[in-house]
Amino acid sequence: MSEENNTNPEESADLDNSRRDFLRYVCTSSAAALVVASESSAAAVVEEANSADAEVTVAEFFQGHFVLMSDEEKKQAIARLEKRYSAQYGKKTTVSDVAAPDGVLFGYALDMSKCIGCRRCVHACAEENNQSRGESAIQWIQVMKIPKGNISFSAEELEKGYPEKSRFGDYGVQVGGNAYHPAGLTTEGAQSYYQDEAVPDKDFFYMPVQCQQCEKPPCVKACPVRATFRDHAGVVLIDYNWCIGCRMCQLACPYHARRFNWGEPNLPAEEMNPKTHYFGNRPRMKGVMEKCTFCVQRTREGRNPACLEACPVGARKFGNLLDPESDVRKVLATKRVFRFKEEFGTYPKFFYYIG
Amino acid sequence: MKKAWSFARDISLYAIKGGPFFYAWMLFLFFFILVGLYTSYRQFSEGLILTGATDQIPLEMFFANFVFTAHVAAAAVLVVAPGYFYHRKDIKELAVIGEIIAMVFVATGITFILYHMGRPDRLFHMIPGIGFLNFPNSMLVYDTIVLNVYLLLNLTGVVYILYNKYVGTFDSKHLARWFTPIVYLAIAWGPLIHIVTAFVLASNARMVPWATAVLPFGFLSMAGASGPALIILIFLLTRKYSKLQINDSIIDLLTTIIAWSLGILMLVFAAEIFSVLYSSTEHAASLKYTMFGHNGLNKYVPWFWGDIGTLIGCFIALLFPGVRRSYNFWLPIVCLLVFFGVLVEKPMVLVFPAFSPSPLGEYTEYHTTLIEFLNVLFIWAVAFLWLTLIIKGAIGILTGEVRYRKSPPRKAVQH
Ligand code: SF4
Ligand code: SF4
Repeated sequence: MSEENNTNPEESADLDNSRRDFLRYVCTSSAAALVVASESSAAAVVEEANSADAEVTVAEFFQGHFVLMSDEEKKQAIARLEKRYSAQYGKKTTVSDVAAPDGVLFGYALDMSKCIGCRRCVHACAEENNQSRGESAIQWIQVMKIPKGNISFSAEELEKGYPEKSRFGDYGVQVGGNAYHPAGLTTEGAQSYYQDEAVPDKDFFYMPVQCQQCEKPPCVKACPVRATFRDHAGVVLIDYNWCIGCRMCQLACPYHARRFNWGEPNLPAEEMNPKTHYFGNRPRMKGVMEKCTFCVQRTREGRNPACLEACPVGARKFGNLLDPESDVRKVLATKRVFRFKEEFGTYPKFFYYIG
Repeated sequence: MKKAWSFARDISLYAIKGGPFFYAWMLFLFFFILVGLYTSYRQFSEGLILTGATDQIPLEMFFANFVFTAHVAAAAVLVVAPGYFYHRKDIKELAVIGEIIAMVFVATGITFILYHMGRPDRLFHMIPGIGFLNFPNSMLVYDTIVLNVYLLLNLTGVVYILYNKYVGTFDSKHLARWFTPIVYLAIAWGPLIHIVTAFVLASNARMVPWATAVLPFGFLSMAGASGPALIILIFLLTRKYSKLQINDSIIDLLTTIIAWSLGILMLVFAAEIFSVLYSSTEHAASLKYTMFGHNGLNKYVPWFWGDIGTLIGCFIALLFPGVRRSYNFWLPIVCLLVFFGVLVEKPMVLVFPAFSPSPLGEYTEYHTTLIEFLNVLFIWAVAFLWLTLIIKGAIGILTGEVRYRKSPPRKAVQH
């Protein structure tokens, strides 16, 4: 885009682009909104920022699916977004489009016996991934507080089965008095909105649930426009600019992992994390779907997800499922591992184990 | 061209003229349209946050009503089919009314989906070429295709028949070569849109109450009940207020269809309830919640029993010849009950309670907001406005009151 600019690169780049975009979208009335600042310095971006820059441009509105864009279009799309976010949040924002590494299949493992239900992962995730705050808060991780079986059975219930005691001495055809008290790992009786002063509660155990990065993801199958797709490292992602907000994916997901922006997300500028990825934590807009991405902005650069770093008890392990030396692989090799809701046949790459 | 222009003018002029009852009805609809314009503006500028939908219950009233419009649109073929398959002449004359109903209800369904979208501005992402269609995986893609094709088929049928009758070139024995296949295709397409709509729901394994093989059968039988109920009401009004003659035998045929559709529906409900409740595995949780409530959350319980009771009551009532023949009293009441019974079933039994328990065990009640409700009324008001006007115009043409100045005088109106 800048190969033709030899003098005063900044200005002519703007001019050039505005002309080009103008030709492309002749139908628009406001050519100024189309200007794409591509290679401006950080300071310049913030200085130049005015309210017009914070608006979605016509070019952004008409952009295609990011995966199908040419390299040139990708560069322009990224530049547009960086400019818009920088203006909107008043700080230099980067939007990366680093590709997934080759020969890698990301996987996650969580130790149920260690998790204490403190929800630090939940909050670290929200901060890292620029989730909406306050009234319209969005959280990608939901921690279930599940009663231990030890409080499920009681002698008082012994006589309470139905139908009444029969000549066979049992309490009913099928239903004993201690039925309907969940015990063990079940969502029946799970509480997700506990507000405890201190954790862990001794009568409960905890199970955090987030996107399980299914190998056979029903959400991807359901999306009518392929706004959501699986990358070659096995992570299911969403192009927030391509999503049409039909929520078919949310209906299809058996893990309640997807969150929708019902209104304009509320992300205070001072809490905004300016280091973003196109498919990851860049700020979202009204009416689009979002969910855990295993922190693409971090993991594609070889770092660990934010939830893992935040966990105070080391219950979370992340790594490459193809590498026998990785943490997840070691867990898979040595622990008793299970997949949540494996009956749905989605083959998650998120594993739970009892450490 | 001149003919087409005067067709459009004459039919519109005829459609907007009527008696006091007609104007009162228009005024009534316009009230909701005016209010709805404002609430629609609010929803499209602020987003779906103004509706009651949440991540726990992501489908709102719009989606529930959409399913219902598919019922009626599919059932409209029941007026078209007997004429073409069994060569019943009296009903063949009225086929065009069936096509109008199908057309308006499909268009209404598409509008409901528009209101359901989080980003209606990005719908062009679904246009092949510009956008990308996840074909052949996504069920919503199939639904979009079948709905739009159905709309087109019926639009073609309606315009062809009305226009030709208007200029006096319509001859039911010598239809245009291309037209007959279109009519038969449209007849087959009616059930198709409905089956596909059922599959949009049934394709979600995690929505346990929907992932059942009886869903399309339930849908078709509800279509067979609610569609003819509306059609009977329209026919009764038509023959009361216009010169168009509609024989009792046609009404009787539709009444029979309602009765047996309700009968089949009872069987479908019974089959589903039995196979879920007898073993009462964890898959029964949602149905139990709808039928009996859960820990004090029992919003849907009265709706469920009330609705089932209404439909069973209507089925029994229709077994009495006295009710079936009471064209001015009992029959319209039963039809209204069936229509609203099936309409209310959509949000309060089929859609909202199906989301509890959620995959993580949450139980949620849906709280419709005022704006959402007014938007639903808006869409319905627009639908009934179109329905009234188009059917009225069509009646003008069918009775010969509206016709092209230079066309040869019609032979006696057949019926
Ligand atoms: S957990 Fe849900 S959102 Fe994540 S990949 Fe699986 S189906 Fe998709
Ligand atoms: S909400 Fe967005 S990501 Fe989900 S299915 Fe619809 S278009 Fe695809």
